[in-house]
Amino acid sequence: MSFSKSRILGCVFVFCAPALAQIQNQAEDGQWPMAAKNFASTRFSALDQINAANVGTLKVAWTFSTGLTRGQEAAPLVVNNTMYVVTPWPNLLYALDLTQPGAPVKWTYSPHPSASAQGVACCDVVNRGAAYFNGRIYYNTLDMHTVAVDAVTGKEVWKTTLGDINSGESMTMAPLVAKGRVIVGNSGGELGVRGWLAGLDAATGAIAWRAYAAGPDKDVLIGPNFKPFYQADRAEDLGTKTWPGESWKIGGGGGWGWISYDPDLDLIYYGTANPGPWNSEQRPGDNKWTCTLFARRPENGEAIWAYQLNPHDEQDYDGVNENILVDLTIGGRLRKVLLHPDRNARMYVIDRATGEVLSAEPFAHQNTTESVDLKTGRIKTVPAKGTGFKTVRDICPAAPGGKDWQPSSFSPQTGLMYIPHNNLCMEFEGVQANYIAGTPYVGANVRMYPGPGGHRGEVSAWDPVNAKTIWTAKEMFPAWSGTVVTAGGLLFYGTMDGWFKAVDARNGRLLWQFKTGSGIIGQPVTYKGPDGKQYMAVLSGVGGWAGAVVSGGLNAKDGTAALGFANAMADLPKYTTKGGTLYVFSLP
Amino acid sequence: MRIAAIGFCLFALIGCERDRRELRPAPTRLAIFKDAARESDLQPGGVHSEPQVQNPYSGNAYAISEGQRLFSWYNCAGCHANGGGGMGPPLIKDQWTYGGQPANLFDTIVKGRPNGMPSWGGRIPEYQVWQLVAYIRSLNHEEPVTATPPRSDHIQQDSGTLMNKPGGGTR
Repeated sequence: MSFSKSRILGCVFVFCAPALAQIQNQAEDGQWPMAAKNFASTRFSALDQINAANVGTLKVAWTFSTGLTRGQEAAPLVVNNTMYVVTPWPNLLYALDLTQPGAPVKWTYSPHPSASAQGVACCDVVNRGAAYFNGRIYYNTLDMHTVAVDAVTGKEVWKTTLGDINSGESMTMAPLVAKGRVIVGNSGGELGVRGWLAGLDAATGAIAWRAYAAGPDKDVLIGPNFKPFYQADRAEDLGTKTWPGESWKIGGGGGWGWISYDPDLDLIYYGTANPGPWNSEQRPGDNKWTCTLFARRPENGEAIWAYQLNPHDEQDYDGVNENILVDLTIGGRLRKVLLHPDRNARMYVIDRATGEVLSAEPFAHQNTTESVDLKTGRIKTVPAKGTGFKTVRDICPAAPGGKDWQPSSFSPQTGLMYIPHNNLCMEFEGVQANYIAGTPYVGANVRMYPGPGGHRGEVSAWDPVNAKTIWTAKEMFPAWSGTVVTAGGLLFYGTMDGWFKAVDARNGRLLWQFKTGSGIIGQPVTYKGPDGKQYMAVLSGVGGWAGAVVSGGLNAKDGTAALGFANAMADLPKYTTKGGTLYVFSLP
Repeated sequence: MRIAAIGFCLFALIGCERDRRELRPAPTRLAIFKDAARESDLQPGGVHSEPQVQNPYSGNAYAISEGQRLFSWYNCAGCHANGGGGMGPPLIKDQWTYGGQPANLFDTIVKGRPNGMPSWGGRIPEYQVWQLVAYIRSLNHEEPVTATPPRSDHIQQDSGTLMNKPGGGTR
């Protein structure tokens, strides 16, 4: 067993040497300037002071209370010896001075978002972080604004209105800045919004382009340069023709997830969210371009290729999860690929220049799909697990997917991808959804429960070349935090019952853990302090969709609470309480 | 004997109330007037006696079941689920931020609340607001059990998927 494991790792290491070159085109400077660390979204740090031999002595260096009790999903940023922390609503931005003992607050910026925006946030009032570019911090507020803040003074440079909460829209995602464009998207697939991604001029905040997920080609920014790999995607105005009537106008497909950027190909990559309502019988058709991966030009937003992961989604399998950009030798050929662990529990390896699917194997327990036809690109679903005006049982994965937004990392040292994910199934009763602007548009009573084995979360190391799991660490609750992997051979992640853990990246062996004040659903980061030491930082503070039962004080006697997540999390209040605190760790 | 007779009369009256239906609901029942819907227990100068605002549909099974239907129809269930909450707070609870009396609930629906509760005033007829109030009160057993419908999610859970071990896990 151990022999075959090490042999696999050996092969992977050889195969992945080019990946190392690719992902290091942004040189390691010990900083953390965007949520995913780099454009390739690897969340890999070349810092190696903290390693398997000494991680056992890791200690708290300092802490910081955000003063808020909702879910803390953001990644802290570290730039120029300053740490920037974005909070859930009311979306405060703290700048902490890392050059001073205990990292005191330099300044706090408050964008004063509307309190009513909390009423259109589907899954707690979270914010997933900011992006640093050219002396400014960019991030989104829950009430549909993108702001640019001077990174030194904390003064607002510009504030752009992107939409209206009265249409059900909100913003929770972390922007990416590429080619002078601040790229942002909306949330609200559970409120009948019309989803979009937009590019703002980083200098002025002017909206340079907006690409809708559905609608006529001109709205989706599909033009003469659009070359999808598969035949079925090459017809005109599929964004209207695959919907009944004008339902595409309230059909979801938000851009609330992750964006990656390949500077060589000059393409950004992101996935669109689920179609609305959840009751799929109310929207017959493929519902393009929801649950779709797009490659676009950052400058003008024009679509270059698209691939629909889940046509006519029936289980809320958004396509918004991260896309990690690496170069891998697959079938004897070096390919520029993106790795996309989808909500449908399949790991897509896709040629990121063309949109060709190279493999799509399950990384978590699932029974809703049989396979992906690599010739047509079409996924083959299991009809018995389709939803509608009926009750369907034993659907795996549940609505939050094999994996939700919680971002994976990739280590060029091991050639493995580290996926924090769920082990959840659900029962789904479709009911009539009524569209009233600014209110939920779901049409489903859902109850989730643990998948096979009874544990609700897993962290898996995945070999993308051979499309298989190398090791899995089971967690009691869904693994709802991000992961970060370092050149010290360590993988860090947090658990919803509050443990911050370091495991051996090669085999998943637990090497160190620390119990924080609340459950962890944030994104850990690592950086080099002004004293030359390596630090680990993570926000603790349970919440989000999975933790709403605690942060929102829900009553799990009604298992349909939190869109059915409460049923699977009824015991979470016994294990953790709410409260946002930043923890920073270092070696003694 | 006399007690039994009184009891029978009372039962008959309650029975009538339980099934009373209005073909033409009064267009306006002045619900919120003066200081009826207080949200604080502190009253400077001492507690004043004040008119109690009654829900005209209290104890009315038809109105409560209508409230249950409207609770889904107006997408209340989208945020509050079947009482357990989600995007919005739970409604099955014993602590109410803005008061749990019928007048408070009426206020909450009509005026909205600052942290996300939409303002439905002018969008829902007043009698329907009272029906919703009666249904929400029934979730907390503050309406007669005999007038209260069962929960509206029809999905029956398999016993095999109930989580019955601490720390999760099915049987």
